[in-house]
Order: sequence, then structure tokens, then C-alpha cells
Amino acid sequence: MDKTVNQKAWFLVLPVFLVVAFSAVLPLMTVVNYSMQDTFGNNQFFWNGVGWFKELLDPSTDLGGRFLASLGRNLFFSLVILAIEVPLGIVIALSMPRQGWTVAACLVILALPLLIPWNVVGTIWQIFGRPDIGLLGYVLNAIGIDYNYVSNEIDAWVTVIVMDVWHWTSLVALLCYAGLKSIPEAYYQAAQIDGASRWAVFKAIQLPKMNRVLLIAVLLRFMDSFMIYTEPFVVTGGGPGNSTTFVSIELVKIALGQFDLGKAAALSLVYNLIILIVCWIFYTVMTNAGAERKPQEGAA
Amino acid sequence: MHSIPGRRLIMGLFLIFLLLPIYWLVNMSFKTNAEIVSTMTLWPHTPTLQHYKRIFTDESWYSGYINSLEYVVLNTIISISVALPAAYAFSRYRFLGDKHLFFWLLSNRMAPAAVYALPFFNLYSAIGLFDTPWAVALAHCIFNVPLAVWILEGFVSGVPREIDETAFLDGYSFPRFFIKILVPLIASGIGVAAFFCFMFSWVELLLARTLTSVSAKPIAAIMTRTVSAAGMDWGLLAAAGVLTIIPGALVIWFVRNYIASGFALGRV
Repeated sequence: MDKTVNQKAWFLVLPVFLVVAFSAVLPLMTVVNYSMQDTFGNNQFFWNGVGWFKELLDPSTDLGGRFLASLGRNLFFSLVILAIEVPLGIVIALSMPRQGWTVAACLVILALPLLIPWNVVGTIWQIFGRPDIGLLGYVLNAIGIDYNYVSNEIDAWVTVIVMDVWHWTSLVALLCYAGLKSIPEAYYQAAQIDGASRWAVFKAIQLPKMNRVLLIAVLLRFMDSFMIYTEPFVVTGGGPGNSTTFVSIELVKIALGQFDLGKAAALSLVYNLIILIVCWIFYTVMTNAGAERKPQEGAA
Repeated sequence: MHSIPGRRLIMGLFLIFLLLPIYWLVNMSFKTNAEIVSTMTLWPHTPTLQHYKRIFTDESWYSGYINSLEYVVLNTIISISVALPAAYAFSRYRFLGDKHLFFWLLSNRMAPAAVYALPFFNLYSAIGLFDTPWAVALAHCIFNVPLAVWILEGFVSGVPREIDETAFLDGYSFPRFFIKILVPLIASGIGVAAFFCFMFSWVELLLARTLTSVSAKPIAAIMTRTVSAAGMDWGLLAAAGVLTIIPGALVIWFVRNYIASGFALGRV
């Protein structure tokens, strides 16, 4: 659809622009301001230039070491949960019942974890996983697996990852299901006449149709897992030690815990920049995918 | 739609995986604290409603639910009403900087809440909105408005342009066309967008907790504080948790027929 050029459209966009600018640009200016200064309390600030940024990117300093370590942990976490949630989400979407009341029932149950407040998600898994009062922890210990997410790093990691899979796989599944539902029945009939195998149907029909929603799913999941804070904070508090301290947890520790505004602001800016770059890459890929599809559809 | 072999088993196992932790929470909310700590029971042997009673009779508890609902509803109304005209503009017109503006909006959806916690605290304290539902509602706009624009743009693009042109030929003014024709046409889209705004505002805690102290404190924050102050009152914690799940479950039930298309954000 060709869009007409109309500069008056800005009037329609203006309210959104003002609301978002008020809550995005103004605070960001404060952050930029703080990131160049140092404070010793009492609201006294000193100019520090790019000092914090240098420290932040230098792993030998305390700040840099903490930042880069939490960044590494966070990237690893995001990759692991993407590697589990995306394939699992596709499988779940393919396993949806075809019709009847079970469809609605499955959809409602799938969507349920998405609407639980994030700290309650943490609470649920905290209770569920505790060796003394939680079903999961109790059963695991009863069958001889020494499981304790409070003291063991690997157990803490497994708990945080399983919790995220529990919390967010449904989002991927629901997105894929929406993509699958848009495939006309005629495609499958054609595939059947051609004698296509189950795998061929998936590769040639279902996967291409899910392409776009899958991109949205990967983008949302990557971003949200990259800024995860509440759930691991409630369950493990970033521990044991620093083993599950992700970037957001580190940032809140520095900003609201130590009130080290300069360091926190510098960290925020670098953090934001990373997210902006990844977001831009995804956006470009997504718009290109949309642009490529149109001529194909025209030809078919 | 073609499915895979063993789909009933896979689906069944996954649903059990989803429901088991929730069941454990519900189970625990009906137990007495003595039963929780002393024995491992799969269902409450001495069921009690004491935790729920405490929440519903103690104002410091139930006011948290009211506070939470207040800012969630405010945020949903603000987000949808500013996003609608913008979605129409992005869908129908090209204008100076439109693509950049759209990307900038989207990037705000992705901005980590932890980055904004402290500046928001300063900002809303400075303009005197700290500890009011308005502060949280406005703060949540940073991720909900872009999302609403994104979803609604997909739905507006699904409305044929001929409808706009016919309406204008019939002498409809722009505001009248917007309210009388466009809004009813994309009603399901508005429902989906409102669902997402509700969802993300309801589940967010970091900003909501930072921007409130006493009179507008959300239930999620009350849960964390009261419990850690009074030792570990597991039953009460579980009961409060169950009560935060209920509004979400109700909302899902109302939109269950739109969930599938809604999650594709109107663009499959």
C-alpha cells in the first residue's frame, strides 16, 4: 500500500512524542549529566569527564570487572534461554489441539504465566524450589540429587533458567501458534497431494509462515532476558556470591544501593547503547524481511 | 492445521509443567504455617482461610491491590488514547522522520527499567507526583505507549484505505471519522492493545516500587516488605501471590478468543 506524504500527520504523532519524550528524554539527560560527574554525598558534584567510561570498559578495575562479568553472565543467560524457548515454543505451537473447547483451555493456561507479576513469579519458584518446603526441591533431594539453589551456583543457574522457560516459553508458543493459524488449509492439501513428508511440510510451509512472528519472539525474548531483574533477584538475590548477578541487578546495586550516581549513570548509558544497537539490527532485519516478501507474494 | 505425532503427550506434559508451581502456591496458601514448615503434604490437611482473611481485613494489605489496579487502569487509558492517532498516522502517511521516530519509539520499549529507576525518582519528585498512581502510570508509558502504537499500527493497516476516502467524501470530519468509523472497526485491536498494556503494567515491579513509598504502594511491593520484616510468613506470602494471579486470569478469560491473533500483534 502506497502511503501519501503528509506532514500534518505530525500532529497525530505529537501526543505520543510528548508522552514518551517526557519519560525518556528528560531522564536520559539526567543520566548523561551524572555520568560525567562524581559525588561524595551532600549533593556536591565534581567533573569527571569520561573517567567512568574508561573504568567501565577496563576489566582490571573494580567497576569494569563487575560490569563485564555481569554482561558476560547476562549474554550467556540470554543465549541459553533463547536456545531452549524458541524450539520448545515451536513444538508447543505445533502440539496445539485442532479444535473444540480444548483450544481455549490450552490458550488460557499457556497465557497464565505471562500475567503473573514478575516478583510473584520469583516467589512461586522460590517456594517451589526450596528443599524444605518446596515440592521440586523436596522431590529432587528425596531421589538423591543434592539440590539447593541458595548455596550451589549450578543449582541457582538451573533454577533461574527453568523459571524463565516456565515464564516465557508460552509467549513464543502463542506467537508461533498465531503464525500457524494463518496458513490456509489448501497449502496442506497441496502438500499431501505432492506426498510431502512431515518434515518437508514443516520446512517448506510452516517455518516460512512463522518467520515474521519468530523474529518478533526472538527480539522480545532477547531484550527482556537481557534486562531481567525482578525474577532472579527474588529467587537468588544475585547469588550465591555473584553467580546470578545480571547487568540490571548490578546496576540497581550501584545506583540505589551504594548511591554511586556517576558509576551507575555511565553503566546505564553503555547498557542502553548495547540494547539500542541490537534493537537496530533486529529492526533492520525485520523491515528487510517484510520488504523481500512483498514482490514474492505479487509473483505468486 | 497439521500437528506433530505425540502432540497430546507433549501438550499435556507442558501444561503440567506450567500448572505445578502454581498449584503449589495455591496449596500453600490454604495451609497453616505450622503445616508448611513441619511436614511435606501434597494438599492441605488442615485447610484454613486465615491468610486470606488477614489480607482482606487489613487495610495495609488490600489497599495495595487497589493502588496497583489504579495505576494499571490509568496507564492503559493514557497509552491507548495517545497511541491511536499515532498508529493511524504511521499506517497511512509518510512524513518527515517517520521511520526514525518509529524506531526511536520501539527502542524505548526495549530500554531497561533499571536504567530509568533513579532518574524517574528525581523527575517525579521534582514535579510533585512522587507516591501517586500518576507517577507509575506515566512511567509505565515508556514501554507501553510504543507497544500500543506498534500493535495498533498493524490493525489500522488492516482497514482498507477506501473506507477513509468514502467517509471523507460523505462529509465526515477527521475527528468524527476517527471516533464513529475507525475505532469501531479496530475494536478488537484496541482490546488486544489494552490487554498488553494491562499485562506489562501489572507485572512490572521495579519502577512501581521505586516511585511509591506509602500511599500508592503496589501490592507486589507490599508483599516483599511485609514478609521480610515479619520473618517468613510463607502462608501469607502464598495467599498474596494467589490474589495477584486472579486479575490476570480474569483478563485472559475475557480475551481468550483473541489471544491467538492478538499475540501476532495484528501482523501475520
